Amino acid sequence: MSTLTEPEQAPAPPEPTPTKQPKQYRSIEHRRQWWGWLFVAPFTLVFILFLIVPLVVAFWMSLHTNTLASGNAFTGLDNYVKAFTDPLFLDGLKRVAAFVVVMIPAQMLVAISAALVLDNLTTWLSRFSRLMIFIPYAIPVVIGAIMWGFLYSPRFGPATDIFGLFGATPPDFLAQGTVFYSLVNIVTWQWSGYFMIIIYAALRGIDSSIYEAARVDGANGWQVALRIKLPMISSSMVMVVIFSLIGTLQFFTEPQVLRGVAQGAIPVSYTPNMYAYTLAFSYSQFNYAAAISFALGIVVFIGSYLFLFLTRKQSGLK
Amino acid sequence: MALLTDSPDRIRERDARRAAGRKRNVGSHLFLIVLVVYFLTPLWWLIVGSTKSNSGLFVGSGGPLWFNDEFALVDNIKGLFEHQNGIYWTWLGNSFLYALTGGIGATLVAVLAGYGFAKYRFPGRNALFSTLLGAVMVPLTALVIPTFILLSNMHLTNTRWAVILPSLLSPIGVYLMRVYTQDAVPDELLDAARVDGAGELRTFVRVALPLLKPAIVTVLLLSVVATWNNFFLPLAVLNDPNLLPVTVGLNNWQALSNAGSGGEQVWNLIVTGSFVSIIPLVIAFLTMQRYWRGGLSLGALK
Repeated sequence: MSTLTEPEQAPAPPEPTPTKQPKQYRSIEHRRQWWGWLFVAPFTLVFILFLIVPLVVAFWMSLHTNTLASGNAFTGLDNYVKAFTDPLFLDGLKRVAAFVVVMIPAQMLVAISAALVLDNLTTWLSRFSRLMIFIPYAIPVVIGAIMWGFLYSPRFGPATDIFGLFGATPPDFLAQGTVFYSLVNIVTWQWSGYFMIIIYAALRGIDSSIYEAARVDGANGWQVALRIKLPMISSSMVMVVIFSLIGTLQFFTEPQVLRGVAQGAIPVSYTPNMYAYTLAFSYSQFNYAAAISFALGIVVFIGSYLFLFLTRKQSGLK
Repeated sequence: MALLTDSPDRIRERDARRAAGRKRNVGSHLFLIVLVVYFLTPLWWLIVGSTKSNSGLFVGSGGPLWFNDEFALVDNIKGLFEHQNGIYWTWLGNSFLYALTGGIGATLVAVLAGYGFAKYRFPGRNALFSTLLGAVMVPLTALVIPTFILLSNMHLTNTRWAVILPSLLSPIGVYLMRVYTQDAVPDELLDAARVDGAGELRTFVRVALPLLKPAIVTVLLLSVVATWNNFFLPLAVLNDPNLLPVTVGLNNWQALSNAGSGGEQVWNLIVTGSFVSIIPLVIAFLTMQRYWRGGLSLGALK
């Protein structure tokens, strides 16, 4: 993650050597260090309270099991053994892995192609489109899922009419097999615009004289896009994929909301997060839910680091 | 006058190139139109739907994507005031409260910390910052259940604090502020202020803050949106219907309507309520696009 710490390596102003420093000046320096701590203190407090402590508490709880017979007993890693042999948890993990494989390429395809097209145009329509493609980001995920739930519904949605024009009956968007793609569509709709803006901004940051040079060398539009633009923004793309990866592995809101409409097609253990939520709030199995949350956290952490490791060349994160 | 001196061959060649360019632009524009239609259709449906009565949503003269003969928007908004004693407006107010306090608080914390990390070399700084970078990768929704457990030990569940306090955590905001401060606030300027006798706090407020304005707006926008959109946390930590944000409230109405109990089938109110609730953020984004366009890329360009 060295690009993230890059500011660190920025040439620091030469610090006066301690030997030449008058005593008084050194004590001012010293006092100033405490100001640094003061500025960082509120964040440190929030960080400890709402990140470190919950993680420690959750880990501690996950090592215990609450039974009627013996109360809260220390059971070590039993909950983790249970989780990684629990078919419901494993199915959920496989499902989010399948979402990663389908959803991230779909989002990236829309985001990158839109950004490349927008980067080439400076018309009224392109400015308008850029704004409109981004708009779904401003809409809460719950509202997005509710809206699409209506649109998918054979009672409310336009699918019956649209397919009717061609004399066809629409597929059931909320059936067992299709609901997966219906969810992919919701997420793509919601997030592609946000990713498009990040990629677009990176494209704008490229010095345009490079394109001139490529044109002189006889490169056409496609070659410029594929050989110059995309490689130059690879670190932004890696960042977008990481965002998307972290989000997808924690998939919760959309399937949870759509569950109400798609009776039966989405079980309570559809994603690991939904499973943990159900265990905690429907079955009061907080210890096991904590273990599931923690196990999921570890998977996400390993997954995103693995991805960063695999793409360290492209992203410049060496 | 190049036009006059160009050979006919070159003119033809250039015209052909222009025509090709125009054709490509037509293709590009068609592609954009397809995208705009895809991204706007659900919103169009929502606008149209909010003008329909409960039964008009199922059977109407206009079909799902066009207005019916009846125009029930005003009735629907009235309905939002009447259903369950207008609890919808309490939800909307809660959303505003949570988004503003959580968002402003998170931004304040992030600005202070970003400045501290960027401009002071204090013991423990690198260790703390590395931990923070790791935290950017910690899945925040996986933290919801642990946070619930912690809050319930502190007897804070089912209070407003249960939503606001965890929203103050924004590692990515701190990271963005630090990167931005590093570039935008030169050390020389701070030293000059110090030489002139300004204290550390005064230097921060008078010299650094004005330079940080674009980044502050961005982090504020990001954290307000994050809190406004939050669903999992309030769903877990709140029970009292009067404390819910509008996202959780509307989801509850939808769940009740789906359960099919007659009196609770308020599809028209769900649609109109959704429509009303997205107006503030959509307007904020459209009017503040100058800021977010530059700002969302803060992290990307680094």
